[in-house]
Amino acid sequence: MTMKGIDKTFVGVQALKSVQFELQKHEVHALMGENGAGKSTLMKILTGIYSRDNGIITFEGKEVEYKNPKEAGDAGIVIVHQELNMMNHLTVAQNIFIGKETMKGKLIDDQKMVDESKKLFELLSIDIDPKEIMGNLTVGKQQMCEIAKAISTDAKVIVFDEPTAALTDAEIHELFKIINDLRDNGLGIIYISHRMDEINRITDRVTVMRDGEYVGTLDTKSSTKDSIINMMVGRAVYEDPKQQSSVPDGAPVVLKVEHLKAGRLVKDLSFELRKGEILGFSGLMGAGRTETARALFGADKIDSGDIYIKGEKVEIQSPKDAISHGIGYLSEDRKRFGIIGDKTVAENTTMASLENFMNGCFINKRKEKEVAQKYVDALKTKTPTVNQAVENLSGGNQQKVVIGKWLTRDSEILIFDEPTRGIDVGAKSEIYTLMNQLVKEGKSIIMISSELTEILRMSDRIIVMCEGRKTGELSIEEASQESIMAAATLREENQEER
Amino acid sequence: MTKKNSIGTQKIVAVLALVLLYLFFSIFGNNFFQYSTFISILDSSYYIGFMAIGVTFVITTGGMDLSIGTVCICCSLLGGTLFKAGVPMPFALCITILIGLLFGLANGLMVSVMRLPSFIASLGTMMVSRGLGSIITKTASVTFPQAENSGAWFRNIFKFKAAGLPAAGIPTGFILLIALAILMAVIMNKTRPGRYLLAMGSNKEAARLSGVNIVKWETFAYIISGGFAALAGISYAAVYSTLMPGTGNGFELDAIAGVVIGGTSLSGGNGSISGTLIGIFIMSVLKTGLPFVGLQPHYQLLITGIVLIGAVFADVLNKRKRK
Repeated sequence: MTMKGIDKTFVGVQALKSVQFELQKHEVHALMGENGAGKSTLMKILTGIYSRDNGIITFEGKEVEYKNPKEAGDAGIVIVHQELNMMNHLTVAQNIFIGKETMKGKLIDDQKMVDESKKLFELLSIDIDPKEIMGNLTVGKQQMCEIAKAISTDAKVIVFDEPTAALTDAEIHELFKIINDLRDNGLGIIYISHRMDEINRITDRVTVMRDGEYVGTLDTKSSTKDSIINMMVGRAVYEDPKQQSSVPDGAPVVLKVEHLKAGRLVKDLSFELRKGEILGFSGLMGAGRTETARALFGADKIDSGDIYIKGEKVEIQSPKDAISHGIGYLSEDRKRFGIIGDKTVAENTTMASLENFMNGCFINKRKEKEVAQKYVDALKTKTPTVNQAVENLSGGNQQKVVIGKWLTRDSEILIFDEPTRGIDVGAKSEIYTLMNQLVKEGKSIIMISSELTEILRMSDRIIVMCEGRKTGELSIEEASQESIMAAATLREENQEER
Repeated sequence: MTKKNSIGTQKIVAVLALVLLYLFFSIFGNNFFQYSTFISILDSSYYIGFMAIGVTFVITTGGMDLSIGTVCICCSLLGGTLFKAGVPMPFALCITILIGLLFGLANGLMVSVMRLPSFIASLGTMMVSRGLGSIITKTASVTFPQAENSGAWFRNIFKFKAAGLPAAGIPTGFILLIALAILMAVIMNKTRPGRYLLAMGSNKEAARLSGVNIVKWETFAYIISGGFAALAGISYAAVYSTLMPGTGNGFELDAIAGVVIGGTSLSGGNGSISGTLIGIFIMSVLKTGLPFVGLQPHYQLLITGIVLIGAVFADVLNKRKRK
């Protein structure tokens, strides 16, 4: 089975210029490029979500044109989307068979769907109860369901659009096993990802796109990380892990947390943050890192524990309290918790400090725009004007608007929760530069990240969490991927033995 | 494109509809184009207009206040009953407004603190206020003082009549409506409460995580809505004199229709007071004008429905085109 998409153009803005792509049976083919390079557009054309202007797609030797995703699906081409399209209130089995329910006469045969789902999960050797409500599963498990759904349609080509963005390392390992199995069974896999280390682990070939154009195809085995990155951005951006802490020895403690307990996921956590420090928080998904951040920020209720800011004990009961003590929070979920999408860059920038922009009862809109413009310039945010609605900006630029909001507020302690999730390589390195600049200016940063390379590259010190507790605290000098992972998987029992 | 343009299209359609309607009735209606008709158009837009201005604040936050119609009548019944019992008119009016604010406070607390869906909370308040109105008046109608009777002066707030002036009076209510609309539009667009309400309507959680006191400002929106409903009740009494307990049902839907025709989105995040006013006037021009071209007033409902759907569809089309 071969699928060849040769020479496609797509106008409006010219999103794709004569792009080619080829996939063979028994192959995992990576599709790489920065955000906006046209990867998703290409895949949407393949599966009939968009129509193309020029070019030919051949599938199994025949020329094809799918008018909608259903036609593509019927032919055996399916996408596992980056954002999962699951109906959270239905069961796993109902989700897998949505649109093609098995019937008993005029009625839906739920039992049969459950049985079929079980068979699928056995085939993939995943342990999920088909009767479970979808919303109760972790993101990783939901993704497995999506894969099962793809296979249930007898797919021949599966497109994975950034499948690992929200997965833990263990889940990624499991996913890769499944992908390998699928390849061995003769399927063709298209794998879209930003993560370089995965490309080497899983793929056979890699095609790189840039600015809507085809750059080239390489054999993964015979190519290096750097050569692929160079193709993607036209420059080398990756840096090695940080060698030593850049925090001076005598730096004062700005934040001290003692025996923090909050909800189910934060059980007795103590740590200190020093001025000018980037404190990395590592751990597996569900370790309680985001929950710690939310509790510190007053977004969720603190059950017990003491928080000291610059040596003074403080009460934090709401985000308002936290903000007034100089804490700013960049959420892992920008769209839901960070930006106010349909409001302008200027309005978002001043949202946390509007009281400083008042002229009597009225908002001083000129000053608001000036300050917003100042941060747009300082952070190199790419936006036509400060009157642009934030939802029209790219992920990296939205992130910068949120950073601008906290800088406008003059926050001293910034919590970056997965600051580069869903952001392309170029913007990522800009965010890194920005973080380094901020700590140099005397801010302190708590950085939560699931990417070990990011943790090792940015942190001065690393706290590792597992199941709501601190299971490791490493200086950057002693930290390595292995030592972090070891701490991240320390369960409570083994902790006693230490 | 900025969001201002998205409100823009729908507002232009609405203004155009208003002007065309007025022209249509002036040309084809017998004696439509005259001062007394103009006054009766205004008369019939006060109470819905005040309600609509208030509820625009709630809708901006992404919430809904269904109780305004019955709160409007309930407050007015209460005020009228107090006046009959000997309370001087100024106090009776103040208490009327106060009751409206309290209903709003109750709605606000139910939504912001108790976290009830606003639809349900205000549905409850709608029934409570309607029931309360009937209980207080023992289901008897309440007539407000007329003409030269003491206390009748309050009508002059909405329609100033004096010797030497046209018999239909001077529409002081219109001046009040416009003044309050301007005041509320300024609050909406130029002050912190307005900014926070708009932000909450777009993304409540992000607003909270920016340190916005969402409990306070959400409650504030419902209090405004309740207060304006009470004011609507007073204007209703001034224009129609006699109030029946159990009425007021359905007023809220007229007000909400006006808000929507004016370009405020029910999903929250934008709010246009000027649009709301235009929407309200479209409806009262229809209501007053249709009998002049020989159609029963209930055609108003039918045509308002079509205008409503048309206005919102124009906006949907416009948004789709931009995407």
